[in-house]
Amino acid sequence: MNNLKTTLGIVAIAFMILTVTSCKDGKKEQVNEETQSEMNHDNSDGHHDDDKNEMAMSGNGNGNSQSVLSDYFNLKDALVGDDNAKAKELGATIAKSFGNLDISKYTDTQKADLKDIIEDAVEHAEHISESDIDHQREHFKILSKDVTDMVAITGTESTLYEQFCPMYDGGTSWLSMNKEVRNPYYGSQMLKCGKVQREIN
Amino acid sequence: MKILKLIAIIALVALAGIQFVPAERNQNYTVPSTDFMLVNTVPEAIQNKLQVSCYDCHSNNTQYPWYNKVQPVAWLLEEHIKEGKAELNFNEWDSLSNRRKKSKLRSIIKQIESGEMPMDSYTIIHRDATFSETEKQEIIQYITQLKDSL
Repeated sequence: MNNLKTTLGIVAIAFMILTVTSCKDGKKEQVNEETQSEMNHDNSDGHHDDDKNEMAMSGNGNGNSQSVLSDYFNLKDALVGDDNAKAKELGATIAKSFGNLDISKYTDTQKADLKDIIEDAVEHAEHISESDIDHQREHFKILSKDVTDMVAITGTESTLYEQFCPMYDGGTSWLSMNKEVRNPYYGSQMLKCGKVQREIN
Repeated sequence: MKILKLIAIIALVALAGIQFVPAERNQNYTVPSTDFMLVNTVPEAIQNKLQVSCYDCHSNNTQYPWYNKVQPVAWLLEEHIKEGKAELNFNEWDSLSNRRKKSKLRSIIKQIESGEMPMDSYTIIHRDATFSETEKQEIIQYITQLKDSL
């Protein structure tokens, strides 16, 4: 009889723990979302010295396609360097800069296209911010397409090179600021796989 | 021993108590015109497979198992369904742009290929939701073809 009670007790406690932990998870997520939206907010109304330091090229602060590009190249470099943690961080960064992209100066068709690109890109960037490196690379492939399509509308201040690796996922391209090939899909495994496919001015 | 007893009683009371907290229900009896099956010509075998293996968490209508009536299981399930629908909702398929559709289709292929979807925690109970190797190939082939046609 005593045994039965103990077993019952253990089962009940297990249930309790399950409930408590599941609630905790939910809360944590909420907090994350809040801080993220706060960060977005901060970013949209001011300059951030920290952000500037990380920029690989001179964007005009936030809301600008150049800052999306610089975040993209930083992310690409992290993947070239097989750096999963850094890529996670930069995935969150580019999600933010895409979200802040100011599209008001474009025509209606361009606005619609950009909106579409942004929505898609933010989703892939967010996935990059929470995935292992293989997944990051899968999402980076589509993100690269989004960024390339964005550049077709917004233009670029400096010359970009579209590079192509025939081996990754049936052939995959990405953008780089240098002619020299450094493959973000394979990293150190096959650093120089690929070729320059197109120059974008 | 006394303390253990006390804890057990408190836990049991709490467990009984949470049964009265209602859970949200993901149930709708109408299928919107934007549904994946309505806007695409999907072969019947694949339709069935999608319905059984995917729609419980990726549409507005879940076929709930009996244990969903028990808390805290119901909460856990609801969380899964919410996440699943945020990622992909087959019912709202046609409201996506072609770019977004392609993105989603690509992700579907990757998830099925790698065996990440349907999730193990789902197939362990829904045995009929698992993909056999042939079914996997069939569905990937269909989705790839759909993606390339966009």
